Amino acid sequence: MDTIIENELVKELANKHGRSRESLIPILQDLVVSNRFLSKQDMVDVARELDISAADVFGTATFYTFLDTEPRGKYVIRICKTISCAMKGKNEILSTIEEILKLNLGETTPDRKFSLLEANCIGWCHKAPAMLINDTPYTELTPEKVTEILREYIKK
Amino acid sequence: MVNLSINGMQVKVPEGTTILEAAKTQNFRIPTLCHHDDLCVAGNCRVCVVEQLGAKALVAACAAPVSEGMQILTNSLKVRSARKHIIELLLSEHNADCTKCYKNGKCELQDLSNEFSVGDHLLLDLCNIKDYTIDRFSPSIQKDDSKCIRCQRCVRTCEQLQGVNALTVAFKGDQQRISTFEDLSMAEVICTNCGQCINRCPTGALVERTYLDEVWDVILDPTKHVVVQTAPAVRVGLGEELGFEPGDRVTGKMVAALKRLGFDSVLDTDFTADLTIMEEGTELLTRLKQALVDKDPGVALPMTTSCSPGWVKFIEHAFPEYLPNVSTCKSPQQMFGALAKTYYAQVRKLDPKDVVSVSIMPCTAKKYEANRPEMRSSGYKDVDYVLTTRELARMIKQAGVDFSKLKEDKYDSIMGASTGAAVIFGATGGVMEAALRTAYELVTGREVPFEGLNITPVRGMEGVRQASVLIEDCKEEWSFLNGVELKCAVAHGLVNARELMNGVKSGDINVHFIEVMACPGGCLGGGGQPIPTNEKIRKKRTEAIYAEDMSMEIRKSHENPEIIGIYKDFLGEPLGHKSHELLHTHYTERVRY
Amino acid sequence: MGAKHVKRVDLIFEKAECREILEKIMKMEPDEICQEVLESDLKGRGGAGFPTGLKWRFTNQEKDPVKYVVCNADEGEPGTFKDREILDMVPEKVFCGMAIAGRAIGAKIGYVYLRGEYKFLIPKLNEHLIKFHQAMDEFNHNFRIQIRLGSGAYICGEESALFESIEGKRGEPRNKPPYPTTSGLFGKPTTINNVETLVHTVMIMKYGASHFKELGTKDSRGSKVFSVSGDTPKAGIFELELGMSVDEFVQEFGDGDTKAVQVGGASGFCVPRKKFDETIIGFEGVPTGGSMKLFNSTRSMYNVLHNYLDFFTEESCGQCTPCRVGCQQLLKGVEAVKRGDKNSKYLDELVKLAKTMKRASKCGLGQSVGNAFGSIVENFKEEIIY
Repeated sequence: MDTIIENELVKELANKHGRSRESLIPILQDLVVSNRFLSKQDMVDVARELDISAADVFGTATFYTFLDTEPRGKYVIRICKTISCAMKGKNEILSTIEEILKLNLGETTPDRKFSLLEANCIGWCHKAPAMLINDTPYTELTPEKVTEILREYIKK
Repeated sequence: MVNLSINGMQVKVPEGTTILEAAKTQNFRIPTLCHHDDLCVAGNCRVCVVEQLGAKALVAACAAPVSEGMQILTNSLKVRSARKHIIELLLSEHNADCTKCYKNGKCELQDLSNEFSVGDHLLLDLCNIKDYTIDRFSPSIQKDDSKCIRCQRCVRTCEQLQGVNALTVAFKGDQQRISTFEDLSMAEVICTNCGQCINRCPTGALVERTYLDEVWDVILDPTKHVVVQTAPAVRVGLGEELGFEPGDRVTGKMVAALKRLGFDSVLDTDFTADLTIMEEGTELLTRLKQALVDKDPGVALPMTTSCSPGWVKFIEHAFPEYLPNVSTCKSPQQMFGALAKTYYAQVRKLDPKDVVSVSIMPCTAKKYEANRPEMRSSGYKDVDYVLTTRELARMIKQAGVDFSKLKEDKYDSIMGASTGAAVIFGATGGVMEAALRTAYELVTGREVPFEGLNITPVRGMEGVRQASVLIEDCKEEWSFLNGVELKCAVAHGLVNARELMNGVKSGDINVHFIEVMACPGGCLGGGGQPIPTNEKIRKKRTEAIYAEDMSMEIRKSHENPEIIGIYKDFLGEPLGHKSHELLHTHYTERVRY
Repeated sequence: MGAKHVKRVDLIFEKAECREILEKIMKMEPDEICQEVLESDLKGRGGAGFPTGLKWRFTNQEKDPVKYVVCNADEGEPGTFKDREILDMVPEKVFCGMAIAGRAIGAKIGYVYLRGEYKFLIPKLNEHLIKFHQAMDEFNHNFRIQIRLGSGAYICGEESALFESIEGKRGEPRNKPPYPTTSGLFGKPTTINNVETLVHTVMIMKYGASHFKELGTKDSRGSKVFSVSGDTPKAGIFELELGMSVDEFVQEFGDGDTKAVQVGGASGFCVPRKKFDETIIGFEGVPTGGSMKLFNSTRSMYNVLHNYLDFFTEESCGQCTPCRVGCQQLLKGVEAVKRGDKNSKYLDELVKLAKTMKRASKCGLGQSVGNAFGSIVENFKEEIIY
C-alpha cells in the first residue's frame, strides 16, 4: 500500500538540521528553497522522518506565509501592500507586473516561472514601493525599473 | 498557601491554583468555553476573563494562577461588557441554525448566549461571507466548520488524550481554522473515528453521522424484520440522557423502550461478546501452542484484541507491521450482524434480505466498522445501521416514550442471553478479564484464582497496565502451558495504546496478550456516549459495569447456554469452518497521515 | 520637557571596539552588569519599553542552570526598518550585546530570531558570527549564538510566539504568567531583547550608565533609532534623543503639510495636527519601537485605517476570540460605514468593541489594534464616514 520511496532531500535536510521538533521549521524552509513550496508527499516524508503527525506538519507550515503549501513558480514575487508602499504607488507596480507577466495576483505563470503575491510590510518603507523576489529585495520601484528587473529574470 | 479575595470574599488556596479553581471553592462558577476537565489549559476563548483590580487588562481565569493579595471581580461591569462582546463575536462567525442543529439544547454556546441574552446581531454577520465546508464523507463523524468556535478542544483531545493528531489548527488570521492534513476530509486521514472530539466539542461543529431517519423508515416498514443489538456500555450511559444520574443502570428500561420503539427483536451484543471470548480465547491458545510446542518462529505474539474499531483503524495506520498480531476475530457487533442474517434468520425462518440489523453503540467508530467492505459475510451488509447512545435517547424522546416510568423488560432470544463476563467488555480491562475467566478454566479445569472471579489487577484507570497469571496443573491436552506465566497488558486511550505498542516494538513490554480500547475508560467513555464526559462520570459508569457483572446469574462466557447452543446447532466448534466464514476478518494497511 | 530641537545622536552606528568591551565585561560580575544597565534606566527599544536592567536581573536570579539569550530581530511593525539597518551596519555590536546579556544572566546559548524577509542579511551575519565565536574562544567564554529564520509571520515578534516558533511550532502567544524570565524558550529562564536594546547595552558598558542618562527625559532616558517614512523629504533612519514633542519632530521631518503622524506603526497611535504640541514621543507620552509615519492632507485616513485593519486581520494568530473575530469586525465594519450600509453610530459600537479587544485579548497584538482604531476614528471621524 504505502510503499515508502526514499525522499533523499528530506533525509539530507533531517541529517543537516536534526530530527527533533525544533528542526521542523528549518527543514521546511530549506524544502521551500529547493522546491518553492511544500508538496503533500514532502510533508508526509518530513512527518515520518521526525516521527510527528502529518497534520502537525501541515498546521505548522500553513501558519507561516512564506511556507507555501500551494505550488509556486521558480520566482515568487511578493509586493508589499502595507501603508507606506500603498501610498507610494504599489498599485501601479502591481499592474505593471500583471501586464508584463500576463498574470493576476495570486497566480503562477503556465511555465511555472513566476508567481505574484502580496506581502505585508517587508521593512523598506523609506524606499517604497518595494518587493521581494524570492529572498532579494527590490526598492524604490517605478514601472520602468520593474520592467527592467523582470526582463533580467525572464532571461534566466 | 495563597491569600486572595474573590468578589470581596477572602479565599485561601494552595499555590498554583488557577483563579477559576479558586472561585469554585467559593461556589462562584465562572463561565468557560475552551476549558475542559480532561484537557490542558488553552486560554484562547477569553470567555472566562475576570477583572483583577490594579491590572490594565482582564485576566483569563482558567489560565492565571492566583497570587498573594490578588483582588478579583468575576461579574463587574467591565467583565460583563467584555463577556457580552466575546459572545457576540463568537455568534457573528457561527451558523446558528439551532432549530435544525443536532446539539440544540445541549450547546455550550447556546447556553452562554442565553445567559447573557445575546442575539440582537449587534455586529456584522461574518458567516455568510465565509466559504464554509461541511464534511460528511466519514460514516462516523460530521465536521461542520460553520459552527466551529475554534476553542481547539478537539485538537487538544486528538493530540493529548488520543495521540492520533488527525486534527490541527491551520493557517492564521481570518483564515484560521481547525482542519486535517491538507484539508482532507476526516474519512481520508488517520482519524480513527473514536469520536472523543465529538464528546468534547461545545457546539454542533463535531457530531456523529446520524441514521435516525433511516432506522425509523425500516422500523415502520412492515416488510422488514428489524433486530437490534445493544452494547454493554450503553446500558450504563443511556440513563444520563433521560433524566438519570451517571452510574445508574437502566438495562431493563432500555430493553422495554426498544420494544416500544417497534423493533421486531431486542437482542444483546453481550451475547456475541461471549462468543468473541470463545473464538478469541481459542485463537490465543492456538497461537501459544504454535509458539511453545511447534516452536513456530512466525507466530504472531503478543496477540491483541480486535473489538475496538478505533484501535483497529489506529493500528492499520500507525503500526501496520503489527497487523498479524491482531486477533482475526470480528468485534461482537460484527459477529452479531453476520449471525443475524444467517443463524437468526434460519431459526426464525426469515428471508435474510428482509432482515435489517441495527446496533446501539457507545461508539462512533462502529459506524465506520459496519461499513467496512469485508463486513458482508452473511451475503448482505452484516450490520445495516449503527446508532449511538445519544441517538437512541433521541429516538426514545421522539417516540414519546416516558423512559423513567417504564417497567423493566427482558431481552428476546435467541442471541439475547449473556453473562457477567460479557458486560464487562464495556470497561477497560473487561475483555482481558472475560478472556482469562474462560481460558484459565478451559486449560486447568479450575476457576481463575481471584476472589469472586473479579480479576482486579486488570481493572482500573491507569493508562497502561500489566498483569500476569501463573498457569499450572493443566489438563492433559494443555500440559505445554504448565508453569507458563501468562502475561497481559491493557491500554485505554490511544495515546496509551501508542505507548504500549512502542514498548512492544522496543522489547520493553514483553507480553502474550494485549487488550486495547481506543477510548479513555473503555467503551463506557466512547465517542457515542452522553455528553459531558469527565473522569468522575467515567468512574461512576465503571462502577455500574462491574455492579452489572456481579448481578448476572452466569459470570463466565463458556457457561452461556445460548452460546453452547449456537456451537451445537450451527457453528460446530470455535475456529471451525463456519466460524472462519462468518466470525473472522482481515485488516488493511493504511496511509500514515 | 522635550528638547528645544530634534537632537541627532550617533551612538548606535558608531563603530566600537567590541573586543575591548568584551574583555571588560568578562572581568565583571553578572550582578555588576545588571546593576549598571539598571542604573542607566534603559528601556526596551522594541516598543514595549520594559526596563532592560530589571529583565536581566530577574533572569539572573533564576536558579535554573540552563538559560537563554534571545535577540528579537523579527522587526515586522509597519514602518519599522531600523533593526535591519543595525544588523547590516553593526552586526558585531548586536552579538556583543548578546554576550553581555549572556554574562549578566548566566546563559551559554543565544538565538537571533531574524525575520524571513531579511534573509539576505544571513551571509554577512554568518561572517561576523564566525569572528564573534573566535573571540569567544579567545576569551575562553562558553557562549554560542545561533541564527533562526522566521517565515513571514508578524506575530512572531511577540516574545512568547517567537519562542514557539524557534521550538518548531505555530507562533501562537502563550498564557502569561509565567513570564519569559521564569519560563521562556524551551521552558527555561530567558531574556529576550530587541536588536537596538542590545546595542545600547554595549554602549552603556563602554561609556557608563551616567553618560546614557545625560540624554532624554526622566521617563525616557537615552537615544532611540527612528525609521521615518511616508510624506517626508527625509525618509530614512535617524538616531534621536528621546523626549521630543511630535511638533518638534514634524518641524524637522514634515513636508509642510503634515496632517497626522502615526507613532508606533499599526499598533501605535495616530496623532492629529492639533495634538502635535502636547504629545511627547517617549514612554511618558506615545511610545514607539521606532516607526514614524507622516501623512499629509492628500492622504485619506480611511485608507490608512483600512490598511492597518487589513494587516491585523491577516497577521492575527487567530487563537483568541477578541482578536481573531474582532479584527474582522472592525475591518468589515468601517467598510460598511463607508459604503453607507451602517450609519455613523455604528462606529461608536466599534470603538466599544476595540476597547474590549484591548482588555480581553490574549496578547499585545489584539490589545493594540484599538490604539490605531481609536485614535484615527476619534480624530478623523469625518473621513471614515463620508
